[in-house]
Amino acid sequence: MPSITREEVAHLARLARIELSDDELDHLAPQLDQIITLVGQVSEVAADDIPPTSHALPLTNVMRDDVNVPCLTPEQALSGAPAAEEQRFRVPRILEED
Amino acid sequence: MGDLIRKTAVELSELMTSGEASAVEITQAHLDRIGAVDGAVHAFLHVDTEGALAQAAAVDKKRAAGEKLGPLAGVPLALKDVLTQDGIPTTAGSKMLEGWKPPYDATVVQRLKAAGVVILGKTNMDEFAMGSSTENSAYGTTHNPWDLNRIPGGSGGGSSAAISAYEAPLAIGTDTGGSIRQPGAFTGTVGVKPTYGGTSRYGLIALASSLDTPGPCARTTLDAALLHEVIAGYDKRDSTSINQPVPAVVDAARRADVAGLRIGVVKELGGEGYQPGVEARFHEAVELLTKLGAEVVEVSCPHFQYALPAYYLILPSEASSNLAKFDAMRYGLRVGDDGENSAERVMNLTREAGFGAEVKRRIMLGTHALSSGYYDAYYGQAQKVRTLIARDFEKAYEQVDVLVSPATPTTAFAIGDRVNDPIAMYKNDLCTIPSNLAGNAAASFPCGLADEDGMPVGFHVMAPVMRDELLYQVGGALEAALAEQWGGVLMSKAPELEVTR
Repeated sequence: MPSITREEVAHLARLARIELSDDELDHLAPQLDQIITLVGQVSEVAADDIPPTSHALPLTNVMRDDVNVPCLTPEQALSGAPAAEEQRFRVPRILEED
Repeated sequence: MGDLIRKTAVELSELMTSGEASAVEITQAHLDRIGAVDGAVHAFLHVDTEGALAQAAAVDKKRAAGEKLGPLAGVPLALKDVLTQDGIPTTAGSKMLEGWKPPYDATVVQRLKAAGVVILGKTNMDEFAMGSSTENSAYGTTHNPWDLNRIPGGSGGGSSAAISAYEAPLAIGTDTGGSIRQPGAFTGTVGVKPTYGGTSRYGLIALASSLDTPGPCARTTLDAALLHEVIAGYDKRDSTSINQPVPAVVDAARRADVAGLRIGVVKELGGEGYQPGVEARFHEAVELLTKLGAEVVEVSCPHFQYALPAYYLILPSEASSNLAKFDAMRYGLRVGDDGENSAERVMNLTREAGFGAEVKRRIMLGTHALSSGYYDAYYGQAQKVRTLIARDFEKAYEQVDVLVSPATPTTAFAIGDRVNDPIAMYKNDLCTIPSNLAGNAAASFPCGLADEDGMPVGFHVMAPVMRDELLYQVGGALEAALAEQWGGVLMSKAPELEVTR
């Protein structure tokens, strides 16, 4: 019994915003099933009283003085954009006029 | 001047100081070598001939003017294509970023430039650093200079192949689960993962933010230490950067003394599944260190066996989040934008066309691990395993100064061998992953050739957080002792590459 079905993989692809072909789904679903079986081993070991570690270092919020420092110009920041207008990224329209 | 490419960074620096060679001559020699052999190796994605020669000329000018220069000024270097360099194409091995030229330098790149290091170009890698073989690059596979039919390791296969093909004496890699150390082991070179937070991630295209660590690749321990010293140190632009002095890695590499050092052999990283030739070289290296005065004991780290599954939950979870920004809207590839498709469909079509198979696999695994109903069972549990692994390290470091193991269970495998078997591919990283999860420093040093196939074997050393100098102490001692036996570093045994041009 697979731990993840082809339909579930198709659903995940939609969530991840990746259009997958039928061939890719046929190929990927059994591989993901194998991987999920492997990674499922984590449930064998960690008991309820073990605290999770999300990061290798203890994280502290870093604050800096509110001063002007040299940074990218708007032109530099937009230099890789496929389209720009009025110093902003120009993106495809997603809402109708009205 | 032909032998300039065989020199170490230290030797090149001495030649420049004595006036026997200029930075331009040295850079040109390496550019010529790239032109001659990279058709077969494919270590580079982009060679910046003009820029490199200009950087070298600037160093020569400063030297002629009597300016005080750092030890690596004028020495050429190959840069993994995951680090931004102002105005130079940066793709992270992905079609998604084809043709993108960043408008700024990563902190590591800024530091290299400030030290006068000459950046030759960008090296090939698994797409977004996902892989252990450099077969997942959108721009073709890199070949192992020791045997062109084999992979060079990954994800930083291009960086390690460049230095083992004598295309550059130094290279920069990034290590998320072993991507510097495993290619180092497979190509007979030195690969170091500094302590997480010891080198800045600013300007590094993120794979898994809690694991990624830039680090040095070189043909000798001292060269790696000199490069480590250049790139390491606090960076206020990286909130996870450690605000402490850089460990004395160069002194340690020069001292290269293990007398009295306590070394722990990790019981769980060996035995079944390990290639006999890898185990043999590893045990010989341990014996050698014992003869040099180290105190060697066996240490158990019982949770290391769960590092691989924990890693392959944590990494895809972070990667699926980090790679969400490649949505066709702001930069890079855009597919289906013909006025007929919705923005969502453009995103879907772009991500389908722009990402390779391994990236899609990991994004979907991450999406699954973070989805409602599975979060606690997968991601939450993996983070608990991370705690257990960190505790294993802490306990081990109460008994010993460093831990050691083979760097990889096998030597470099044939191109295409594991492409359709992701589990077999992932298992290659089982010795290197625990250090990433705990943020420890770790490195791979060449320790010989496996009897079965004559391919290089890596000796893996792990040290506590911000004790990176211990790696160089062990690596330096091992290298010196082995060089005495071999009559030079392991790389001197590499077969000659056929010149293709």
